[in-house]
Amino acid sequence: MKRRIKNNVYWVGKVDWELQHFHGFEYSTHKGSTYNAYIIDEEKKVLIDTVWSPFAEEFVENLDQEVGLSSIDYIVINHGEVDHSGALPLLMKHIPDTPIYCSANAVKSLRGQYHQDWNFQVVKTGDRVSLGNGKELIFVEMPMLHWPDSMAAYLTQDNILFSNDAFGQHLATDHLFNDQVDQCDLFNEAIKYYANILNPFSPMLKKKLEEIAALNLPIEMIATSHGVIWRDNPRQIVEKYAQWADNYQENQITIIYDTMWNGTKQLAEKIAAGIREADQEVVIKVYHLAKSDEADLITEVFKSKTVVLGSPTIYNSMLHSMAGFIQLLKQLRFKGKKAAAFGCYGWSGEAVKQMTELVEKAGFTIISEGLRSQWNPDEGAEQAAVGFGKNIATS
Amino acid sequence: MDKYECTACGYIYDPELGDPDNGVEPGTSFADLPDDWLCPLCGVGKEDFELVEE
Ligand SMILES: [Fe+2]
Ligand SMILES: [Fe+2]
Repeated sequence: MKRRIKNNVYWVGKVDWELQHFHGFEYSTHKGSTYNAYIIDEEKKVLIDTVWSPFAEEFVENLDQEVGLSSIDYIVINHGEVDHSGALPLLMKHIPDTPIYCSANAVKSLRGQYHQDWNFQVVKTGDRVSLGNGKELIFVEMPMLHWPDSMAAYLTQDNILFSNDAFGQHLATDHLFNDQVDQCDLFNEAIKYYANILNPFSPMLKKKLEEIAALNLPIEMIATSHGVIWRDNPRQIVEKYAQWADNYQENQITIIYDTMWNGTKQLAEKIAAGIREADQEVVIKVYHLAKSDEADLITEVFKSKTVVLGSPTIYNSMLHSMAGFIQLLKQLRFKGKKAAAFGCYGWSGEAVKQMTELVEKAGFTIISEGLRSQWNPDEGAEQAAVGFGKNIATS
Repeated sequence: MDKYECTACGYIYDPELGDPDNGVEPGTSFADLPDDWLCPLCGVGKEDFELVEE
């Protein structure tokens, strides 16, 4: 179904209500998602992006009915990832010669995925293409936001920035615009998206936001590739991104532990009690790693000033869940955050030292040697955990 | 001095500019970059860079 977003610009995407996982199983999408594609219908008819491959047939059929495939003059592919380019192979069977405007890196990513030599028209930042009726598309490369091939396209006169993944949210909704949805849902999904997908590239994002600001484009609408379109004060999400890109943290300490027979869990709760004794204000959150959703935990880490990691020692090692989680922390390149580790052990207790070393390598500042407790915590060990918590709260 | 391009993301290392955000002074040749220097854009190592023919 084609839906007008402004003047001669229409949404032709797909709402995926049942999507629960994205990027394989790396990212939980509790609220589904959308794949937003757009048609600009001026003298030239332009398709911006497509949808994820499972919806290719439906997308192409719909596009043919609503727009007419043979009437499409240009295709713009802002990013080669399959959730946006997935309908290209089918579409290009129908209109094989239609020029595809994309970055040089997108030629590589599209060729690499689909092994087709389509009519690629490579564009760079500042390149323009005229659509007639006095309107132009201006391209802005956005390398590593979040792939090397990423770019955005800006439609003059209508003042719409087609930003692709940037400013997106995994939020299935039948409403098109940001002012029409629950604001808690919207911002929870927007921050989760930033924390899990864009955080590693915060330094580039800061520069890119400055570069876009310097272009003085009167952006009236930001049409993303996932979730709602920002039409009501689109600046608000740009300002949020500027904050999030700047070593973001809130007054929050997050304790994340895994446990076998609940000894390490017992420590986690005493550490939380100690933090609370020392600081009445700070937000404390406690999660059992193995029972939690890792993408949601990453959002909590993103909001935290300090993370406290707990694991017992098994066979001279931390639990593998914790090793995997610290690897995730590392790949997301958090900056300006503090960390400490704790855990129970029976006969040998290497896990605390191992966690401390790994999380330091992941870019966290270590604020304590860590807390180890042999066998199940007795009263003395519980007191030590409370003291450890107090120390974390004040350092 | 020669420029080098990151084959992963297309970033160009220009010795005249260096990489001040990561402590590399302007005027540092590619060869003089520390071995653990990473592409400031996509994070790959020096071995993934190629000489830019001008
Ligand atoms: Fe993407
Ligand atoms: Fe995407």
